Amino acid sequence: MNSSPMVARVKRKRIAELISNGKRLDGRGLTDYREIQLEVGIIERAEGSARIRLGKTEVMVGTKIEAGEPFPDVPNEGVLTVNAELVPLASPTFEPGPPDENSIELARIVDRGIRESKAIDLEKLCIKPGKKVFVVFVDVYVLNHDGNLIDASTMAALAALLNTKMFNYEVEEGEIKVKPGYTPLPIRNYPIAVTFAKINDKIIVDPWLEEEEVMETRLTMTMDKDGKICAIQKGGYGYFTVQQILEATKIAHEKTEELRKLVVKG
Amino acid sequence: MPQKKPEKLIEENDVRIDGRKLDELRPVKIEVGVLANADGSAYIEQGKNKILAAVYGPKEVHPRHLALPDRAVLRCRYHMAPFSVEERKSPAPSRREIELSKVIREALEPSVFVEYYPRTSIDIFIEVLQADGGTRCAGLTVASLALADGGIPMRDLVVACAAGKVDGRFVLDLSDLEDKGGEADVPLALMPNLNAITLLQMDGSLMIDEFEKVVNLALDGCRRLYTFQKEALKLKYIAVKEAVEE
Amino acid sequence: MPLFYERKQLVTPGDLLAEGDYMTGDNTYKDDDKIYASRVGLVDYEDRKVYVVALKAFYIPSVGDTVIGKVVELGTSGWTIDVNAPYLAMLQASDVMDRPFRPRTSDLPSIFDVGDVIIAKIVAYNRTRDPLLTVREPGLGKIMRGTLVKITPTKIPRVIGRKGSMVSMIKRETECQITIGQNGLILISGKTPEDERLAVMALHKIEEESHTSGLTDRVTEMLRKKKEGVEHAQKKN
Repeated sequence: MNSSPMVARVKRKRIAELISNGKRLDGRGLTDYREIQLEVGIIERAEGSARIRLGKTEVMVGTKIEAGEPFPDVPNEGVLTVNAELVPLASPTFEPGPPDENSIELARIVDRGIRESKAIDLEKLCIKPGKKVFVVFVDVYVLNHDGNLIDASTMAALAALLNTKMFNYEVEEGEIKVKPGYTPLPIRNYPIAVTFAKINDKIIVDPWLEEEEVMETRLTMTMDKDGKICAIQKGGYGYFTVQQILEATKIAHEKTEELRKLVVKG
Repeated sequence: MPQKKPEKLIEENDVRIDGRKLDELRPVKIEVGVLANADGSAYIEQGKNKILAAVYGPKEVHPRHLALPDRAVLRCRYHMAPFSVEERKSPAPSRREIELSKVIREALEPSVFVEYYPRTSIDIFIEVLQADGGTRCAGLTVASLALADGGIPMRDLVVACAAGKVDGRFVLDLSDLEDKGGEADVPLALMPNLNAITLLQMDGSLMIDEFEKVVNLALDGCRRLYTFQKEALKLKYIAVKEAVEE
Repeated sequence: MPLFYERKQLVTPGDLLAEGDYMTGDNTYKDDDKIYASRVGLVDYEDRKVYVVALKAFYIPSVGDTVIGKVVELGTSGWTIDVNAPYLAMLQASDVMDRPFRPRTSDLPSIFDVGDVIIAKIVAYNRTRDPLLTVREPGLGKIMRGTLVKITPTKIPRVIGRKGSMVSMIKRETECQITIGQNGLILISGKTPEDERLAVMALHKIEEESHTSGLTDRVTEMLRKKKEGVEHAQKKN
């Protein structure tokens, strides 16, 4: 919600005017992403980790795996749980405290992409059906907010999952005994999110912070490796027409393929 | 009493578990102006869903620092009663309720002339008394009526309906079983006269062309629900008029 | 140049009322050259102006309006008044007192205390400030007795009636004094509680049936029937 005008009125007008003419303040085209840098395996204590820089937005994701109980309605599946923290040092607008609606929404969008695309083969995480399974914790840690946390977090989460290794184990008398060596987490799909912003009835991709403060509304589409949509989230206080949404699906298809190549190597 | 998970959700002849056709809405009953204290209120039953909405405001915001100088603040709380679902739900707001409160607020905002009432708040409360899938849509539909009932100026009513894919077919207005067992669920909210989509979410898996079909099905469901909405809003006045003018 | 509804038809927010060279009146808005309703009510036309008489709307202060309100807070230099609007109104001590005001809070409650009901007039109001009241005119000030009724403010014109016909009739039939606040609050002061009750009933009937025709006659008839009933009961005793 645009509560406090962080961006001066003059600048907002300029951003909106440029976009009406198909241009952006940082010189990008309407469907261009900022420069992306991705590193994996930076936190040895975590089972998997990744850090992404999308322009100046910086997000780190760490994964941890622990033994736990399955959900009663899916007794032979492992458990995925995604959490996001808008760490106060990431932005003057982030306050310390329990997760607010923005961090909860972010976590749930990232979760939806992974879950609905069945990216993790959860059945392979079953230790003892109905009793013990592996729980995969995906923790999204936003370190610098310069716009488009959703796409950055989704990519970093995927990269962290691909980087995740599980310790080898065997079950002895109902207890888990760790064996030497590691196995990569079984990943079979690669969800990528593309977020659109609407400004003056024009649609742009990957809004940076100042564009986010000018935008009326945003639409995120997450697609899997087969070009299937697995998650959608409209946000912000504006609206879209059907035509704009269908147009976005086409752009999203193109963009998710581009972005996936940066995350999934080989 | 726990529900048994059925093997098939849709029969060969395209009849759904509850007997509906693929593009059939659940039976709807709407009543406007049901709570005495609220400034505006409405109640909906859609299939087994029972949802109540109330609006308070516009009134001065407390605490003061939350007020916006040039417009009203819209606050929304979507909440499920502990007895509304099969397994008792804790009264504390879940992450899902927090997310839904946000997307519902963002779906209603485009319809309200918030700029008319600076420094005030308009508070919207949605209570799900019984849930059977599609509660965010039914909750939105009835919250929009509560706003209109409260005399809050609006650009249009907001109406919401979900469509999706179940057992390979495209269906309208998914029940809880269909949502959990189906391939995709797409809730959508619309301001019909302005053709403006104010809520759109999806979970599941759909090819782009399938998504297009599902969206159009949801839009059609919305337009049909809209006639029920308008009727319910007018009903109170029409009944009085008919009674006295004969 | 189409108009899409007939006069006095019931419309809901978002209904397209007119398209073309028309002007927006109350409870409507324009998008391109289309005029839509923004509230539930009866649509009407006057020359090229399209407007909706809302069936329910809250009061928005307007300079010059007479309002009835309740004191809810005592401040250092005046009172905060609830005028049944989204904004609380202010009445400054300097408005009431002739001598220069020295802030001694013990002074204020002796004039108006929390819970008192007053009749006042709005002297100032805009988007950036709360409404300012005055009680400096004759007829304004604290209300000492009577019954207060609250109805939705859009129905006030109906209560008044054309050239005051409705309210004059009620005053006549119930022998009550009736003070109307533009903010939906109405003060009824009668000789007996029964008279006041009759007037209250009439006002509620107007509120409920304001969108129908033949209302004045029906209210008159109701009042007369009730009075007969009361007289009859009194005779029996």
